[in-house]
Amino acid sequence: MDLLAILRIAMRALARNKMRSVLTMLGIIVGVGAVIAMLGVGQGARQTMQEQIQAMGSNLLFVGAGTVTRSGMHMGWGSTKSLTYTDMLAILRECPAAHAVAPGSSSSGQVVFGHDNWATRLNGTEPQYFDIRSWSFVEGSSFTQNDVEMSANVAVIGETVRKNLFGATDPVGQTIRINNLPFRVTGVLSPKGTSAAMGDDQDDIILVPLTTLQKKITGQPWLRWIMVSAVSRQGSYAAQQQITSLLRDRHRIREGDDADFFVRNLADMADVADEASRVMTLLLASIASVSLIVGGIGIMNIMLVSVTERTREIGLRMAIGATEGNVQQQFLIEAVVLSLMGGITGIIFGLGASYVITQALGWPVLISPLVIAIAVVFSMAVGVFFGFYPARKAAQMDPIEALRYE
Amino acid sequence: MATTSQPDANLTGTNYHETIILAEEIHKYYELGETRVHALRGASVEIARGEFVTIMGASGSGKSTFMNILGCLDKPSSGRYLLEGVEVSSLSKKELAAIRNRKIGFVFQGFNLLSRTTALENVELPTLYARISKAEGEKRSREALALVGLGDRITHFPSQLSGGQQQRVAIARALVNRPSILLADEPTGNLDSRTSVEIMDIFQKLNDEGLTIVLVTHEPDIAQFAKRSIQFRDGKIRRDERNQNRPLASEVIKNLPALED
Repeated sequence: MDLLAILRIAMRALARNKMRSVLTMLGIIVGVGAVIAMLGVGQGARQTMQEQIQAMGSNLLFVGAGTVTRSGMHMGWGSTKSLTYTDMLAILRECPAAHAVAPGSSSSGQVVFGHDNWATRLNGTEPQYFDIRSWSFVEGSSFTQNDVEMSANVAVIGETVRKNLFGATDPVGQTIRINNLPFRVTGVLSPKGTSAAMGDDQDDIILVPLTTLQKKITGQPWLRWIMVSAVSRQGSYAAQQQITSLLRDRHRIREGDDADFFVRNLADMADVADEASRVMTLLLASIASVSLIVGGIGIMNIMLVSVTERTREIGLRMAIGATEGNVQQQFLIEAVVLSLMGGITGIIFGLGASYVITQALGWPVLISPLVIAIAVVFSMAVGVFFGFYPARKAAQMDPIEALRYE
Repeated sequence: MATTSQPDANLTGTNYHETIILAEEIHKYYELGETRVHALRGASVEIARGEFVTIMGASGSGKSTFMNILGCLDKPSSGRYLLEGVEVSSLSKKELAAIRNRKIGFVFQGFNLLSRTTALENVELPTLYARISKAEGEKRSREALALVGLGDRITHFPSQLSGGQQQRVAIARALVNRPSILLADEPTGNLDSRTSVEIMDIFQKLNDEGLTIVLVTHEPDIAQFAKRSIQFRDGKIRRDERNQNRPLASEVIKNLPALED
């Protein structure tokens, strides 16, 4: 008996009870649809997170001033005064895996332009910072090394600050007041959006020359952080080790004691974030696949009903020459057709759902053909697994009893 | 008139040369819980090609069990059953299915047609399990339907056909794989008397063309159309005789009053 004939018989048997077949399929549709949607959304989230971390620079290292404990009280990161400009120069000089460095200090400030004001983060750094973070300008340009040497009152603003202070006005060349000091705006940074890894708005920032911040605003000569770019993504691990041992040495920290600084590797963070989103995706997908199993049980249930209903038909088929194998095959194919049709419909629904969700969140839609292939194979497997018992039951009927069944 | 339990070779006529069914000392037991039912107690029969035999008997006489064994749906507990010289009791389930498919045509009391399936597709059913092509299967099915006088109804569904027509579809289905014997189990049990005679007319015509037919019935009116009658009682054959002066169904129909609605 050829497959085409069996498929025709199966389709006809399913068409005989359309409502029942559709309701049975619904279990598989929901299951496959949910798995596809979860995988799609998860992939999209993962991709977005990776892109954002990549945008920050994946070979980036962040050296932060550490915490000090004074009278048993943690003072938070950046509270030590031991990270200095000469540390930065030493890193550039002595760590072969470090490619470029930028110093930094942070504060916060109230910014005023005209009648508008805005509270934001205030960072002091040097011009190479923008290269290291591969952060470009939409308008104007960075302040210069000369501005740093002169401690000039110039500032670069982020997109969020521009929106809140200037609206439609071109900010370049305008003067804003930061903590009551006048600053000339030299450039506007391109928007980076909300950091998926940290969850803060990266565009809510003002950057001024390091010396300006140190002398005119904070009055603190030490650094809060040093941004280092490694020679390559792989090199960032070597750079991390080299910087750690160099700074421990320079700060005379004994073996076994806690350091007064920390080095964070963005490649590490990318891996952690990636792992987290992968686990989340798998978790969601496995919850969704529970409904696939429920759908499979629905198929088994309906197939058992169908086998009982068609006892006479089974008896007849056996009497006119169907072998046990023929009968088993027929019901198995019927179950597989049911689950496969549900699976394909589920894929379409799942694709639609993940498209809507990722569109709403502004993520890319990412469904790999592999996922779809797996969904197809998996729904077929559900049909075979849950169709096997009813088909076996049909095949093992006694034709004489079956023909007599009322 | 012969009343032996063995068929009498002298009564068989000229066309009685090739034995198609040979059953010797068939016993069949069923275990029903604690009790053992002895359904057949040594039934022996020999049927030649071209015969038209009815099997009669009260319910519980063993005739249905005997039919199931003849039809290879059941195996005897002891005794020998040779179908066209093949010892059937030694065959596997798969081989038995093949024999049912190719050598035996079944006609049932309840027609057993698949609903929502056309007459043609119902008739094609046995060809799906045989090793013949789709085109050949369809050709044979059309021929078989034409043979039973339903050549113009091939796309009708069973629900659109009368009882007699449904049974004729079932007969066409039984014939489509060109079996050696046709086994009919109370084929007229669900039909009115006129339609019953029409069905017997078809059987007589098929038999005239050389088809061997074994028919179970409890109606003597129906049994008279066959060439030979076998009577079962208590699991044994009590009577086995040739029918004298058997009527022609086609003649009987002419004398039956047409049914008025």
